[in-house]
Amino acid sequence: MSSLSRDDVAKLAGLARIEMTEEELVSLSSQFGMILDAVARVQEVDLSGVKATSHPQPLENVARPDVVLPSLSPEDALSGAPAKEDSRFRVPQILGEAE
Amino acid sequence: MIRQSAAQMAAALSEGSTTSVELTQAHLDQIAAVDNNVKAFLHVDAEGALAQAKSVDAQRKSGEKLSPLAGIPLALKDVLAQRGVPTTAGSKILQGWRPPYDSTVVTKLKDAGLVILGKTNMDEFAMGSSTENSGYGPTFNPWDLTRTPGGSSGGSAAAVSAFQAPLAVGSDTGGSIRQPAALTGIVGVRPTYGAVSRFGLIAYSSSLDQAGPFGRTVLDTALLHEVMAGHDPKDATSINAPVPAVVAAAKSGDIKGMKIGVIKQLQGEGYQKGVQARFDESLQVLASLGAEIVEVDCPNFEYALAAYYLIAPSECSSNLARFDAMRYGLRTGDIDGASAEAVMSATRDAGFGREVKRRIILGTYALSSGYYDAYYGSAQKIRTLIIQDYAKAFTQADVLVSPTAPTTAYKIGEKVDDPMAMYLGDVATIPVNLAGICGMSLPAGLADEDKLPVGFQIMAPAMQDQRLYQAGAALEAALLSKWGAPILSQAPALAGSK
Repeated sequence: MSSLSRDDVAKLAGLARIEMTEEELVSLSSQFGMILDAVARVQEVDLSGVKATSHPQPLENVARPDVVLPSLSPEDALSGAPAKEDSRFRVPQILGEAE
Repeated sequence: MIRQSAAQMAAALSEGSTTSVELTQAHLDQIAAVDNNVKAFLHVDAEGALAQAKSVDAQRKSGEKLSPLAGIPLALKDVLAQRGVPTTAGSKILQGWRPPYDSTVVTKLKDAGLVILGKTNMDEFAMGSSTENSGYGPTFNPWDLTRTPGGSSGGSAAAVSAFQAPLAVGSDTGGSIRQPAALTGIVGVRPTYGAVSRFGLIAYSSSLDQAGPFGRTVLDTALLHEVMAGHDPKDATSINAPVPAVVAAAKSGDIKGMKIGVIKQLQGEGYQKGVQARFDESLQVLASLGAEIVEVDCPNFEYALAAYYLIAPSECSSNLARFDAMRYGLRTGDIDGASAEAVMSATRDAGFGREVKRRIILGTYALSSGYYDAYYGSAQKIRTLIIQDYAKAFTQADVLVSPTAPTTAYKIGEKVDDPMAMYLGDVATIPVNLAGICGMSLPAGLADEDKLPVGFQIMAPAMQDQRLYQAGAALEAALLSKWGAPILSQAPALAGSK
C-alpha cells in the first residue's frame, strides 16, 4: 500500500503553488495511497524495449512562415488583468523588500 | 418545433416555413422553462443569439448562399473561448473573464451561421465524469433530476437531451463527450485527435483533449462535425488533411460486409446487467444488417485507466500553471507587501476546486524527479502498447465496439467522495484518447433495471471518422424502427417543458 504523508502533500502543494488548508492536506493525503496504488499498475507490465509515446500524432517541428500576423491589441491583452497600470500588468512584489 | 432534428430545422429554414429568430426564441423559451431544474447553462447569451439569428435571416432573405446549419441554435461547452462572452471552464478562477478572442471552433461556428445560445456547465477544467466538480454546482440529468448527466461535458449533453438546443459542442479528454452522451440518451462524437483545432480550447491535457459534436441523431452530429473540423495553422497539432466525409457516411449507413470487432476486455464483469444486455442486442442488430462480428483482444487496455490517470494529471499540472493571478482571472491576497508567490498560492487555493487540486498534486508528484520514470515514463510506454493493441485490432475489424460506460447514470453525490469509483466510469472511453483515434456513443436503448439510457460505443482508426457515422447510422435506423420512436420520447416530461 502506497502512502503519502500530510507533509509530503504539503511539499507538493508548495511546489504547485497552492496554499492548502490543514483539512485539505489531511484529506488528500488519506486519498493518495489508494490513487497511487491504482496508477502504479503501469509498473506491472514488462516495458523494457517499449518506446514512450508523448503524443498521438507523429508530427515534428511544425512551424509557420516567419511573417507578422495580426495579434491582440494592448487594450484586449489587458482586458482581463486583475490590475494594470498604463499599458502594463501590475503584479505583486516579485523581489523581497530587503534585496 | 424544438423536438425536431437539426436537419429538419434546417430544412424548415431553407423552405421558409420558419426563421432563425423564431427557432432561437423557441429554444430560449425552453431554456427559461426547464433550466432552473436541469442547470445545463452557466451563461445564456439571449441578446447575442438573437442578433446572430436576425443576421442569418437577413442573409437568407437576400438570397445569400448559406451553410447547411445556418440559423440553427447550439449550446457551447464553457471550455471554449468566445470573445466578449463569460468563459469559465467551470472554474471560479476564471469567474467573470471575458476572452478577448474567439477559439477557432467558435470562429467556424459563427462563419457557418450557427447561433450560440450560451455556455454550458462542465466539471472544472473538464476534470470529472459527472459535472459535479463544476465550481458553479452540478447539472442534473433530464431523465432523472436526482442523477448526474455524466461529464465533463454534462451541461452540453443535458441541454441537447432536454431540447434546450438541437446541437452542442463538448470536449473529450477521457470520454467527456461519449460518456455524457450515453448517460443522457443522445449521440456524441470525439473526433480523431488533431481533427478539430484546439486553439482557444482551455487546456486540460493537451495530448488527449479534443472538441467534438453532440446531437440527437447521427446525421445531426455529422453535420456539426463537418463545421467544426479542419486544419488550423494556429494549432500545431492540427491535421493538415481533408475532413472525412462524415455527412455522406451518416446518410449512407450501409454496413453490409463491415467487420465489427468486439473488444474482449471492455465487456462482461464490471458492466451493469442492463448495459451489457442492450450492448449484446445492438450487436445482433448489426449482424442482422450484414455486418460480420468478430472478437478482438486488446490485453493492454487493462492498464489504460492507470496510464490515463498519470498522463492527464501530469499534463494538467503543467497546463494549469498559467493560472498565476497575474494576467487574467482571479487574484486574491494582493495586500500591501504580499509577494507574487504568496498571491499566486492564495489565488490558486481560492480559485481551484477539490478535484483540480487533487490532479495537480498527483501530476506534480508523477513528474517529480525520482518518480518520473516509474510513473509518467511508464504511463507513456503503456500508451505505446495501447496504440499497438488498436493497430492489431484494426487489421481484424473496420470498427471496434463496446458499451460506452459500465453503468447508466448514477445518483448525484454517489461517487463524489470516492475518486477511484468515479474514475472507473471512464474505463471504456479512455483507450481512444490515449491512442488519438475517434469514437462515437449513440443510444442503444434503456437498461431494464432502471429505465435509463445505455450508450453503444463505436471506435475507428485515426482520420477514419466516417466509419463511426456509417456504422452509427445503420444501428440508429434499425433501432428506431424497432422502438417506433426516438429514445428521448421515453424520457419523463420535465416540468414546464414545451
